[in-house]
Parts: sequence; C-alpha cells; structure tokens
Amino acid sequence: MPKFDWIHKVLVLGSGAIKIGEAAEFDYSGSQCIKALHEEGIETILINPNIATIQTDPRLSGKVYLLPVTPEFVEKVIIKERPDGILLGFGGQTALNCGIELAKTGILDKYNVKVLGTSIAAIENTGDRERFRQSMIEADVPPLESRSATSVELAVQIAEEIGYPVIVRVAYTLGGRGSGVAYNVDELKETVTKGIAQSRIGQVLIEEYVGHWKEIEYEVMRDYADNCLTICNMENFDPMGVHTGDSIVVAPSQTMTNREYHKIRQVSINAIRHLGIIGECNIQWALNTQSEECRIIEVNSRMSRSSALASKVTGYPLAYIATKLTLGYLLPELINKVTDVTTACFEPALDYITIKIPRWDLQKFKNADRHVGPQMRSVGEVMAIGRCFEEALQKAVRMLDIGKIGLVCNPEDSEFESEEHIRNELANPTDERLYKLSKALRMGLSVSEIYRLSGIDPFFLNKIKNILNMEDKLRKLDLSDSQAVEIIREAKRIGFSDEQIAVCQCTDEATIRKFRKNAKILPSVKQIDTLAAEYPAKTNYLYMTYGGDEDDIELSTDTSKVIVLGAGVFRIGSSVEFDWCGVNTIWALKKNGIKEAIMINYNPETVSTDYDVSDKLYFEELTIERIMDIYDKENPLGIITSVGGQIPNNLSMKLTELGANILGTSAQDVDLAEDRSKFSALLDKLGISQPSWSKLVSIEDAKISAEKIGYPVIVRPSYVLSGSAMRVAYDAVSLENFLNLAAKVSHDHPVVISKFITGAKEVEVDGVSDGDNVLIGAITEHVENAGVHSGDATMTIPPQALKVEVQKNIEDCTERIVKALKIRGPYNIQYLVKDDVVHVIECNLRASRSMPFVSKTRGVNLIEQATLVMLGKKINIQLSPMTAVPHVGVKVPQFSFMRLSGADPVLGVEMLSTGEVACIGENFSDAFSKALQAAEVHIPPKDGAILISIGGDQENKKRVVPIAQAFQEMNFRIYATANTANVLNDSGVNTTILYKVKDAQVNPNILDYLREQKIDLVINIPVANHQTNYSDILTDGYIIRRQAVEFNVPVITNLQLAAALVDVLKKNNPNEQSICSLNEYMDKIPWKHW
Amino acid sequence: MSDKSKKAVLFFKDGTSFIGKGFGATGKTSGEVVFSTSMVGYTESLTDPSYKGQILTFTYPMIGNYGVPKNELNLGIPLYFESDNIQVQGLVVHELCFEPFHWASTRTLDKWLSDEGVPGIYGIDTRRLTKKLRTHGAMLGMLQVFNSTEEPDFETLLKDCSNIVDPHQTDLVRAVSVKQPCRYNVNGKLSVVLIDCGTKFSIIRSLLKRGISVIRVPYDTSADEILSYNPDGVIVSNGPGDPKRNTKTIEAVRVLAEKIPLMGICLGAQILALAFGADTYKLKFGHRSQNQPALDLTSTRCYITIQNHSYAINTETLNQTPLEPWYINPNDKTTEGVRHKTKPVFAVQWHPEASPGPHDTEILFDKFKKAMEAK
Repeated sequence: MPKFDWIHKVLVLGSGAIKIGEAAEFDYSGSQCIKALHEEGIETILINPNIATIQTDPRLSGKVYLLPVTPEFVEKVIIKERPDGILLGFGGQTALNCGIELAKTGILDKYNVKVLGTSIAAIENTGDRERFRQSMIEADVPPLESRSATSVELAVQIAEEIGYPVIVRVAYTLGGRGSGVAYNVDELKETVTKGIAQSRIGQVLIEEYVGHWKEIEYEVMRDYADNCLTICNMENFDPMGVHTGDSIVVAPSQTMTNREYHKIRQVSINAIRHLGIIGECNIQWALNTQSEECRIIEVNSRMSRSSALASKVTGYPLAYIATKLTLGYLLPELINKVTDVTTACFEPALDYITIKIPRWDLQKFKNADRHVGPQMRSVGEVMAIGRCFEEALQKAVRMLDIGKIGLVCNPEDSEFESEEHIRNELANPTDERLYKLSKALRMGLSVSEIYRLSGIDPFFLNKIKNILNMEDKLRKLDLSDSQAVEIIREAKRIGFSDEQIAVCQCTDEATIRKFRKNAKILPSVKQIDTLAAEYPAKTNYLYMTYGGDEDDIELSTDTSKVIVLGAGVFRIGSSVEFDWCGVNTIWALKKNGIKEAIMINYNPETVSTDYDVSDKLYFEELTIERIMDIYDKENPLGIITSVGGQIPNNLSMKLTELGANILGTSAQDVDLAEDRSKFSALLDKLGISQPSWSKLVSIEDAKISAEKIGYPVIVRPSYVLSGSAMRVAYDAVSLENFLNLAAKVSHDHPVVISKFITGAKEVEVDGVSDGDNVLIGAITEHVENAGVHSGDATMTIPPQALKVEVQKNIEDCTERIVKALKIRGPYNIQYLVKDDVVHVIECNLRASRSMPFVSKTRGVNLIEQATLVMLGKKINIQLSPMTAVPHVGVKVPQFSFMRLSGADPVLGVEMLSTGEVACIGENFSDAFSKALQAAEVHIPPKDGAILISIGGDQENKKRVVPIAQAFQEMNFRIYATANTANVLNDSGVNTTILYKVKDAQVNPNILDYLREQKIDLVINIPVANHQTNYSDILTDGYIIRRQAVEFNVPVITNLQLAAALVDVLKKNNPNEQSICSLNEYMDKIPWKHW
Repeated sequence: MSDKSKKAVLFFKDGTSFIGKGFGATGKTSGEVVFSTSMVGYTESLTDPSYKGQILTFTYPMIGNYGVPKNELNLGIPLYFESDNIQVQGLVVHELCFEPFHWASTRTLDKWLSDEGVPGIYGIDTRRLTKKLRTHGAMLGMLQVFNSTEEPDFETLLKDCSNIVDPHQTDLVRAVSVKQPCRYNVNGKLSVVLIDCGTKFSIIRSLLKRGISVIRVPYDTSADEILSYNPDGVIVSNGPGDPKRNTKTIEAVRVLAEKIPLMGICLGAQILALAFGADTYKLKFGHRSQNQPALDLTSTRCYITIQNHSYAINTETLNQTPLEPWYINPNDKTTEGVRHKTKPVFAVQWHPEASPGPHDTEILFDKFKKAMEAK
C-alpha cells in the first residue's frame, strides 16, 4: 500500500520549551518526522516556539510558526494554512494534549484536518486510566489492580479495597507529575488533593503498588495492515517505583529469559493491536521477580523519551519510520536506513549493551527534595555503549560530567558515611544511589542484603562488585610485574579510564596512556548496524570498546576531516541550543567542502547523535582520553571545541597540549577570556570599564577587598556555565561560604570577586570574528535588571530601552575586546548598563546559549560564519547590529518548578530554568505575550485577581505601587499580604488583605485562595539580601511562591518582568496577535544570510 | 565458579585462530562454526537438535546472565529445553556470566556445559568472528579447551583441523531422531504423527496445547507405517544437516502429502520441497536469529520469525511442482514458506513454535488444526 494520495500538506505540532519530562528528544523525533514528510513531497507546517531546535530551521521545515502549542494558536494557523492532516505524535504530551483539545472542540472537523496515525479515540484509551484498564482487560493483557477517583473520599475507599501501599497517579500529566506512593490514609489524602487539582480532567488513579518488581519497556510499531514489531526492549536497573525517566536503563534487557522476553513482546503486540495504534508507541511493564507474572503499566501512544533512546540504542530510526506509517506505508515496503538493502520490517539484533543514566541538577535548587520516585526530576541523560555492562556503566558515569572519573577512584568515594545512612539511601533512593551501592559493597554489605533493601537485581550488583575488585587489584599492582599487562587489559575492558588507573597507581594519566599503548592495549571502533554483523552495513554510527580486537571500519587517510565536539549531557544551562550549534557546524562544514564532518557526542536525546546528520558519528565520551583515541585514529584537520558549550570548551587547552589542532580561537586566548583574573586584567589594559574586581588569594584578602569594593559583591568561579556556584554575597559570612563553594567547583582555576551593581540593565552581544572583521549578530537586552542569570532572563532583540549612544558604545567595546582576544570564531560578551555607562562583566569565546535566538531573529546564521572562520576563511557578510529588522524577537525562560517538589521558584544569579521559547512579533508586547503563553504562563484575564507580596521596608514595597495601580486600572481585584496592603492602600490602590499561610486559621487566607483558584497571578518580590539566608526556608514568601507553583498559578518574582507584563495586558488583545511564520519574517528582512 | 585460567582456542583450516578462555568441559571438539544473532534463549538454542554438528557463536556479547533453570515439565515435556541434551558441539561467546541471577536458575551456563561435556570459549571478539563467517560463509573449525597446565600447540591444531569431517556428510538426523515411536496423549479428538528429524519439544507442546495428541516416530519410518497410526495429519520436524541425505523421509513425505494434511517445519520444509521434485541448496551462512522477517506473498502481512537453517529451497525449481512460494524473506528474497496449490499441505523454513523467539506465527498450528478438522 503506497501513501495515501490525499495528503499534500501536513501540520506537525512540536513540544515547546525544554522542561523536565519533555526535552530535546522531541527535536530529534520531530526533525526526523519532517524529513520523512519532505521526502514524500509533502508540504510541512510546524508549530513550535522552541527557537533553539533544529526542527524550527526553515531550511528543514516547509513553514515554521514560533507560536504556543495551544488550541487557540493552532486553530489560527489551521485557518491560515488549511492543512490536510495533522501529526500529534512527535511533540510529546504537549502536542498530544493540544490535539485532543482540537478534536474535542471540533476544530479539526470544522477545517477538515485529519489526524494521521493513531486516532484520537485510541490516544484517549491510553490516556484515561480507567478506559485504558478496561481496554487491556478486553485484550487479555494484565493491567494493575486499580480504579480512578475524582474525590478524596472515593480514593480512600478504593485504597482500602486494594490494600496499602498504593500509588496515586494523575491522569494526563507529563513525567508522572503529581504522582506518589501512599503508605497510609494521611499520605493518600495529601497526594490525592494535589493530584486532582493538577489533572486536566480532575482525576487520579489509585493503583496496586508493585515496588521492587522489574520495570521493563518495549518499543512497538504497527502499520495499517496490522504488521507489528518490537524494535527494542529495555530493562530498568532501578526496580518499579522509580519513574522510568529517572531510572538507570539498560538495553537490551539483561536478566530476562527467552520466555519472559517473548511473552511480554507478544502481549505488547496484543495490546497495541487492541488499542489500534498506528505508528509507534512505548509500553511499560512490571515483571515479577519470582515468576513470569507481569502487569502492563502504561502505553505512550506517541514518540517518547524512551523511543528516542531506543532509536539511538538500536540505530533504527523510529520517528522516521513511524511517520511513513502514518502516511499509509506498510512496514515491509520500507527500507532499513542503516543497511540500505534490508527491510525495515525486522527487529534489530544488538551485539553490544547500552546504559542510560539520567542527570539531575537538584543541588541547584534551594529546598528541593533529592529522592527519586514516581515523579521525574532529571533534566538530561547520557547513553553509553560497550561490550560489557561494566564498560558501559563507567563510560556513562564519566559522561554525566559531575566530576566523577568513573564509578570508582573518585576522591569522595572514601568520605565517611554511616551504615545506617547508607541503608537508608538504598531503601529510599536519591539521585546518588548508584554511588551508594558501591559504598554499601565497600562497607561489606552483602549482595543479597543490598538487593533486599534496594530491589536492584543482583546481576547488576555483582557487576559493580567486579569494578570494585578491579580497583583493589589496580591499587596493589606493580606495573613492572609480568601480570601487569593482562590486568590493565582487563581493567580497560571493564571501563577503567587511564585517569582511574593513574589514581590507583599514584601516577599521571599520560604515564598510563603510554604504558598501555606500548602494550598494544587499544580500543577498537565498532559499528552499530542493527543486525549484529549479519549483513554488511554502510553505517557511520560508531562506538569504541576494549571488548574487541578489530576495527569495523577502514580509516581513510584523507585529511579533509574535521571533528566537532558536541555538547554532551544536557543540564540546566546547557541544552538544545548547543545541539543546534553543533548540527549547524556539521552542515556548514559540509557546505564548505569538508569530506568527513565527524561528530563526537553521547546525548541520546539529540539531533547531533542522529547518524544521518554527520559523515561519522562517534557515540562516545567527551574526555581527553577518548577524543585523543579518535584523533589518533582519524588524523583530522582539526577539532572544533567552541560550539558545544562548556564541556568541549574546557577541554581545548588540554587537547592543544597533547598536540591536537584546535580550529578557531587558540586555547591560550580562550584561557585569557575564561580565566576571570586574566580577563579582568585585560579589560583594565584596554581601558574598558568593568565592575571593580579582585582576585581571590586567601579568604582574608577577599574579605578585605570586599570591604574595599563594598558589598554586595559577586563571587565568580572560572570555567563554569550557567552560574554554577556563582553567588551574590551581602556580608562577610556569606562571602566566606561562597568562596569555599566556588573553590570546590572551579578546581585549579582562580575565583574573582567583583562589585555587584544593583539596578543595572544587562545586555548581551553575540557574534563571530575572523581576527580582522568583527561581526555582531545582535545586541540583546534583558528585561530583568542584572542579578537574574542570563539564562533565566527575558530577552529582546532589538533592545527596547537602550539609547543609541549606549548601543554604539557597546559595539565599540565589543570590537576592541574581540580584537584584543584575537577571536577567530564565535563569541558572546555580557555587559551591564547603569546610568548609560557600559561595564563588561563576562566574555565567552564560544557559541552561547542565545546563538539560535540571535541567528533566527536576525536572519543571519552565525554558526555558518563561525565555521567559515574556523576553516581559515573570512567572514563574507557585513552587518551592523544597529540595522534593525522589521520585527521584535522575545525570548522567555521555561521553568519546571512544579516537578521539583520543594524547589523555591525565586530567580537569582544561578540559572534555574530548564528551557526557553522565543516568539517573534510586530512589537515587543505582541512577541512577549506570545512567548509567555508559549512558556506555559497563563496570562491573567482582564478582570482577574492578583496577589502582591513585597519584601523589605516601606521604600522597597513602594516600588510596586505603579504596577498595582496599572492592575487596578484594568479592573483587577488586588490582594496583598498585610504590610504590602498597607502601603498599597496608602497609595490609593484598593487592596484586600489576605492572611499569611502560617496564620492558617485566619481568614481570608492565601492558601485557600490559591487552592480555590481565586488568584490568577502572584507577584512576590523577596528582598535580595535575604535570598542567601538559610533561615528563611520556611518564610511566608517561600510558602506563597511554592504553593502558587503547586496550584499552577503564575509567580513573578521580578519587578521589571511584572512591569513588562502590565504593558502586555494594557496593549494586548489576544485576538490581534500576529500569526506569521518565521519564513515570512525572514523574507521581510532586507538581507539574506540564511 | 569455573577455573577462569583455562586457555581455549578456536581454530580454522585457513590458520585463523581466536585465543580466549575456556569454560564448560575441557577437551577438543570440531564442527561447522555458525553464528546466531539471538539476544535471549541460550538454553533453548543449545538444546535445539538442528544445531547438531555445529559450533555455535552468539553475537550478543553477554551470555549466561540468567543461568540455567531446572528441568521443569509442562504438559509432560521440558519447559526450558528443546531436547534432552545440549546439542551443539561447542559454544563461543564474548563474555560469560559466572554470577547469574534468576528465580528459575539452578546452575551456571559453565556448570551445565561441564556437566554435559561440552567445551566453550569466551573472551574473544565474536564480532570479528561473525564478520569472518559472514564473508567466507560458515566454516569448519576446531574448538579446544586446555587444562590449566596445558599450552596450545598451533601446529597440532592446524594438522587436526585439516582432518575435520564435515558434519553435513554424516548422518546427523539419525543421531538426533527418536529411536522408537512414542506417544504424547492429551484429551482431544485429533492426533498427529510427528516425523522426528530432530524435533524441538516446543513443536510437540504447540500441538498438545491445542488438544492434539502426538505420535513421534523415527525419521525413517515408512509412509505405510505412519498411516497405520490413522493420524489426522503429519508434521515433518526440523533437524540438522543436508536435507537430501534423508531419502527415506523424502520418500515417505511424497506419499503422505497426497493423502493427508501435512505441515513441514524447517528441515521438514526442505524435505517437502524435495519430495515434490524441487531442489534445495546451502546458504552462505544461513539464517540464525529471532528477527527474520517472513513476507506473506498472498497478503500485506509480514511476520517476525525465529529461523535456524543452513539450507534453502531453490525457488525456481518450484515451478515444475504443485507447490507454490508462500512466504519469502524480504531481505535476501529466499523462499521461507511453500504450500500445495490444491491440498492442505504447507511448510515453513522457520519455527512457528518459537522457543526461543517470537510467537507471531503460532497461528500456523491453528491453521493446520483447521485443515485436519476439515478433512
């Protein structure tokens, strides 16, 4: 059956900003989807406000709308574009939920837009727990004992029937949001109350708890002719009870027998046949550890995080094939893209093992709970490939970039922890459980005891024990011993890095590298070919291992090769924007005649780790050792380290020292900019203003300098991204604490303290230089005053409140700094502007987070220019940032505080947002209002209610008066806490007092108003110098903010942002927002540099 | 735990050697070295009689993870094993698991091979080996596990290697077929004669599960004797080696296929084709995996199947027979299933009984049952 002939134009919904539970995997699957549509000559329309994604590149998609993925906006695009069909399965739960609304409200029928692939009814059968359960019973697939409840009373009754413990699940939420285990009636009541409030349909599910069963996943495909495949199965290292997004996952399954594997495979197929899925879905299972009994947990009727992972695990392009199936193709009609000869209707056979480990950033959040459980909290993940478990595990630990050099041999391994503490950690796992397992084994806890406490299969625990045993062996080893070569060989086989061995041998990495090279202990290059070598494959998808002795590929001697280092693991501060940079670099290399553009990266969520993107993909560690292994084999022209964010950037000096050729700005010049102290000295030499600064020599000196500079001061470590350990100190005590913290993060790099200028504007410049010509892509202005991390700031291009002279001054400073640093590549400089005076605060000689925002808004692909420069060519365009484009772009951060129980949503110098969106409009408020909605902020209705609570003294509280007045003029009801209310009432704003949360008995109370959805917006501005004080954990401000988050009420903690919102509310009529594609905006730009 | 210091060598006629560590039994074995890309199911595979005469390599690098279960019976036949013994001559893996964990496990893979006197080698680059076999085709090889005090002598190995007998030139089927007829009865109206060329227990189970009693007879039983059991149908089982050597079976099938519903599985399919005058040939390296697609030429359906065959039916030679191609493998276009144009007679090259492998095509047994009921 060929494709349906009525499909000419298809609308694809994206997933919006990166948030916990929805990350770059949807850029990957969405990009594949669009590619698959294009191949068929189908016109594509994409709606996705995530400007940093690859899929929103107009070169890839037909038309791109940077708009919120909400029914209101999608309808407007449908009216404008009139597509034949819509794809809902490639934009996560965001797209799926939006699609259900569009169908329910009759919009799809009205404009005759057909849902391609899995039908709405089937989607609902998987989303509504009760319907799902019934459907599974009909299909003879065993579901969990469970029932849904819409009230607390009913929930209690059901739980009593099933028996505690039970798990409370919330219908239609992402990443298991709001779910939790209840061991007794009190816990049940608490979780259910919140869950019902958060559920889109006010429903929770009370379910039999199968904690400590094995958790298994299958990726299943089905076409219109009922052909079914399971592409991959995966086994969670963590037992049931830990959300699969927060679980360490192994693929393929390791501990399942043939009977178990194929039994679950078969019931998975039965399940999707009964549901009527067309395309791809992910099924989660619980498997008993004492029998072959299993339970179906969940079906995700769309591409998911797991399906992206499965694609990378197997090399099978799930999203691409799924797209073809939704168009009417059948599986046997499609070709396996890896072999190019065999059919896509097969199930991949692997001859390697992969391990995924999530990455958490919980330590960044004040008050956040670090336990892992039914709610997903991780912000990124890594995948490692090896020929044995130990090898893959140790690689994965290094990939996490959390300062560990492997599972063992880390300094903190020997830090004392009591047995009681460890036992508790095993039974109540946190993000650090993997390391606690080795500690427990070191302490002498038996494998069976650890199994009893943690539920982690002894198969895995024994493997960890192997690693510990090897560490002991290595520590005792004498390298001159005759056994040494064999022991080192075995150590390498089970994933020990040269650095780990060096630690055991009390020597340096270079010595070990030399030793093993002499002994011919070298890694081999192996292919991921989907068929375990059964058929010859032309695949360029590669990994390295010590579990083999032959390279699968012949390495060409052609020198037209360039290695690009990818961004590695995503974390707060480093996300899809760096993947955009990496992929664009690869494209630009190809455009400039490089024969082999080679990518090294290991993040399974990304487009850059799609083997289709580069000429060769090494799915490998970004460590000096591994990069040099590849460099030695490939012998390329050079390496690009400046487009993947901080991980590759930090490696460039070491790589240079080892003789690798770094393309672009020299490592010495990078050091000059990254080293705070050297950079500050350079600025002094150039006579460019900067906040008064001082290099830390000792804590005592620092205190003296701080007194001299005057508090508050900002503590900045070197070589860090997203403000890790960057803090504002308001007094000597906090200064000392922060200095200690900074010293820990910054290792052997210096720490600088500088004056924290309050009330200043922050401005950024992104550009490229070839040493002679300085190209400035844009001057970007922050809405919030300095003090909010640039990653958390709302940004606008062009600046809205910056005088022309100031912009000229910034242009001039930029040119001087860039030339002084001899930049040959991308750069980003951050400025403060106070009283029209420009101060430099930071310079990065690498692509920055705002690169895609600047490039797409200004219609100039900066990465393309940067690549040109790094290949030794000259910039071929001229553009002044002062030349305006006929539109305004606004970038807004996306936060995931809801997923992080306890986390305080207050902004500061350390970045907390998980993603961002950007919308373009005719003016600031047009773009800003769209961007806010795209970041899931509900803009309050015109006659809404607002709660204001401002910290500090009367003077401070008065700053909110104009904002409150503006709200009053717009007929808002205004509530405030007592002291704030007094100030407002005195200034003529009619304000009602709401009592604080701690006065729970006094009415009217804030908590009740939040819970009853009587408040549409909270403006809560804490006093700056209280942010750092740990005694304020339970202050009212925190409780108000946190409760607002829990009940999904927008919270604004910044005065400038509140003012900008007022502006939007005043000017904006939602029906008048412009609906234009990025293509249309770009067409109106007078230059063509895209 | 096994003595991990035993050396082992896998050696080929062309002088290629793979040096690793030994497990299982100490000693020497030879056979045709083949590979399977199955990721699970080593207990089922190792006991599959079709592997008789072969040294089996698993491409999945970690084998033995869930141990070896006890011999539990279900419907009177073993649940986890496909025959009473390990059938392979030797086993080749990349990494062997010495500390398996599974509720059903009673011993390690190492112990099992030791108990049954089968040598194994681990710690070699099985991907390199697989690529060699893929390029050169399945090859004769020798596997030796040495005592901990012994050192391999490559000259002797090379000499021994030149004397390896091709197992396909021997009576492999006779070695694995049942010696006397035996019965597996269940409550039900139907009964089937299973011509045992090296049957897997799961074929028997697939029939018993459907209420069909089974009379299992030696591979060389005559058509008359088979018909004397008055069965409702006949199944020709899987088995090892060159199908053309089984002249008596071919002769019997020629008669039976005209008279009674008949289903062939794997070797049984090749025998059926030969019985009607079609030809068979040896594949370069065979199909051995659980992920082989089989495309139904009469519909739009494609099934995932477990296959284990070295030989295939020559498609063109079907032209002169009443058989027609039914399924093909879309990858190399080989014929995977044939059926009679007019009679309830069909055969497939794969294993609808699964074990190991997917259950997609168990429906073929239902189809066969219906054919018998319609008779």
